[in-house]
Amino acid sequence: MANASTAVRTPPSIVIATVLGVGVPVAFLAVFFAWPVAAMIGRGVAPEGILDLGGFGEVFSRPRTIRLLGLTLGQAALASVLCVLLGLPVAHVLYRLQFRGRALLRALVLLPFVLPTVVVGVAFRTLLRGTPLDGTFVAIMLALVFFNVAVVVRTVGSAWEGLDPRQEDAARVLGASPARVFLTITLPRLGPSIAAAASIVFLFCATAFGVVLVLGGTQFGTIETEIYLLTTQFLDLRAASVLSVTQLVIVVALLAVVGRVRGSTQRRVAIARRPRRSDAPALVAASLITAALAVPVLALVERSLRTSDGYGFTNFALLAGTGSRNALVVPVWVALGNSLTIAVQATVIAVTIGLVASLVLSRSPRSPTARRALGVFDGALLLPLGVSAVTVGFGFLITLNQPPFDLRSSPILIPIAQALVALPLVVRTVLPVLRSIDPRLRESAAVLGASPWRVLRDVDLSVVARPVLAASGFAFAVALGEFGATSFLSRPDRPTLPVVIYRLIGLPGGDNFGMAIAASVVLAAVTVAVIALVERLRVDTVGAF
Amino acid sequence: MKYAIIAGALMLAVTGCTTTASTAPQPLVLVTHDSFALSEGILDTFTEQTGIPVTVQSAGDAGQLVNTLVLTKDSPLGDVVFGIDNTFASRAVENGVLADYASKDLTSAEDQYLLPAGQGREQLTPIDNGDVCVNVDHEWFAEKGIPEPVTLDDLIKPEYKDLFVTEAANSSSPGLAFLLATIAAFGENGWQEYWTKLMANGVKIDAGWSDAYYVDFSGPSSEGDRPIVVSYASSPPFEVAEGATVAPTGALLDTCFRQTEYAGVIAGTKNEAGAQQLVDFLLSTTVQNDIPESMYVYPVNSKATLPESFVKFAKIAPDPFVVSPADIDKNRETWLAEWAAIAQP
Repeated sequence: MANASTAVRTPPSIVIATVLGVGVPVAFLAVFFAWPVAAMIGRGVAPEGILDLGGFGEVFSRPRTIRLLGLTLGQAALASVLCVLLGLPVAHVLYRLQFRGRALLRALVLLPFVLPTVVVGVAFRTLLRGTPLDGTFVAIMLALVFFNVAVVVRTVGSAWEGLDPRQEDAARVLGASPARVFLTITLPRLGPSIAAAASIVFLFCATAFGVVLVLGGTQFGTIETEIYLLTTQFLDLRAASVLSVTQLVIVVALLAVVGRVRGSTQRRVAIARRPRRSDAPALVAASLITAALAVPVLALVERSLRTSDGYGFTNFALLAGTGSRNALVVPVWVALGNSLTIAVQATVIAVTIGLVASLVLSRSPRSPTARRALGVFDGALLLPLGVSAVTVGFGFLITLNQPPFDLRSSPILIPIAQALVALPLVVRTVLPVLRSIDPRLRESAAVLGASPWRVLRDVDLSVVARPVLAASGFAFAVALGEFGATSFLSRPDRPTLPVVIYRLIGLPGGDNFGMAIAASVVLAAVTVAVIALVERLRVDTVGAF
Repeated sequence: MKYAIIAGALMLAVTGCTTTASTAPQPLVLVTHDSFALSEGILDTFTEQTGIPVTVQSAGDAGQLVNTLVLTKDSPLGDVVFGIDNTFASRAVENGVLADYASKDLTSAEDQYLLPAGQGREQLTPIDNGDVCVNVDHEWFAEKGIPEPVTLDDLIKPEYKDLFVTEAANSSSPGLAFLLATIAAFGENGWQEYWTKLMANGVKIDAGWSDAYYVDFSGPSSEGDRPIVVSYASSPPFEVAEGATVAPTGALLDTCFRQTEYAGVIAGTKNEAGAQQLVDFLLSTTVQNDIPESMYVYPVNSKATLPESFVKFAKIAPDPFVVSPADIDKNRETWLAEWAAIAQP
């Protein structure tokens, strides 16, 4: 039926490209996510090859399960709302306004993302100890917001950056108040990226593990902490599988809801402007929020400089060797080198696959079936964020043991595991921007004789260059700070920096603790430097239209 | 065509890493937990002696390690495992993930570390051990003029109210060890009452060791205000400042649970002889002398020499609490559930 209505015949190269564009990301997810997770769940629900769903009734009749489910959902929902509320003013200031030090601030906001949970947990608890907040739900909230507000700032910020400001300007000239302009014009146009950011934050918080344990004083659990307990302590795969399936159901339900929020907006590559008077509320809010984010970080810096007799760089000096009393297998700079190498590999994988997937997803095919298939594909890309790292990690070990995927001891598995976590962030940063391109732009380019490849290059890729850079920085930061999968798969003789930090903070003695904090500061500083550098690579957008 | 080539290259990139073109002997894979560490060059000594290279593969923490072996039984991750402790030994043995071999170099001096017959004696060779004990901050007690606690019973006395911090038994290995110590001390039906009293006496329960030790403990390298913490008997040496002659903290030797770590040959190894040699090597003085400073635990080999800091400041519990590995395995879930009901209401 399509033949008659198709005005321009699709060239074969585009068909192949589309097939590959769908095929590569799908194959990646199938092999490195779906298969391992399915195998783990299979061990639980069908241990002898016979399906046994009795576990569901049993697990859900435990009052503990219901309580944990409530806590998981409540905490993730509340944290998502808080992150959006706090992230929006910061996104406005950092992505719409032009001022000195902006690149550095953008990088600084990402800091919490790379800091190891255990270090942040210790920093937070040191700050909160003695206050009534220690060990409460509020403490968990503070930490979750600290970790995740960057998701909102970056995801919404890169969409905001490219929003055509003329509508707002017109409304202002016509006398609308700044609040009214924001609520009636800006906010609706940011809708898709806010939904994307909120859903990522929700998934991160619903699967938060270390931070909930450390700050909640173990009385607050989540489905994630329960899966960890069931799998690593009790080897109760039956109950763990039930909870893994529950996690999947929650994620799919969430995606179905978020999938409805979709819009297309005209865009124009906007020029950031100098701050003006009407920006005052946003500037004040953003300053307060960034200052609050800085408190735990500054506390870490202070602690890293503390020595047995005052302040100094002793802890940093110790990092150059293998530490006092042989605490480390390799000097910290070697671990840092390992981390950087692996993070670059993970970033390349995540950005390549994420960009290809986003380009495919940004098209709206005519056939409803194809549209629906794309919707499923879109959701599938987010799934890895919503499933327990323990399930994926053990899944790797029981599936990737046969050629051609005999990868269990291969060094490539670590960047792949990290890329799985970074991939959704890449897609959620790049896709809203691609979707906001007016399809008529592509059509007119085609009518004027541009080949599909030319359209892709001059329309899609030119618009997406900046978001891709932002996504790369983001993916890099995530990979650099990743610990869960890395500890599962790493080779002790080639540790990453987070692995070294975990080792140090697990050993007694002032030197070891000082070194752990100093190493965290190094990790943070390197991340900020790399991301600030990426931000500076201001790609001149070709053919601004 | 371009795309087919790219696809081909991708496939190569994925599979290329797995092909090993070598005529050298297949390396032995030592599967271990993430706290494993030996000084540089130690494992090279094994390669020099036997001609077999060794690759170390980490499999998460101690609990994950055993579960990993169980889950990958049909297609083992490696040849030798190191780091199974007495709280997880039964699970490994009962699931048949280990081949029968205990090092031929074990002597009667190491008898005290052997597992009971039929519960791992035939498969697991002890390598190191460490005591989990209540630690106290000497300086804090001296300053306040309060006598230090000595036994588990002291911890529920009013003079030590709100002074004790420990780790959760369900998320921390020393936390579990301390729970087991109380189970051994007060019996299978008595420990619940002890924990109820501990809770009433204001014990603080943190998720993990770093949190308890560095945030809530009052020791010299910590930030907190509680002078009693569950840690290791080997912790005090690390608090001694350079040149000092007295440790500012100490372990209470009547409160200890002994964790012994074992090595074994993984069932299904393709190089059984080599794997056995590697187990023997882990028990040799080359490795054993390196263990204290690399992993902060005691070597089991009676011929190993201890570093000075261990001799001076670390103590060994003369009579630590014992719970048999089979009992631990059988009751782990019940005990942890009961414990959580009391300690994490």
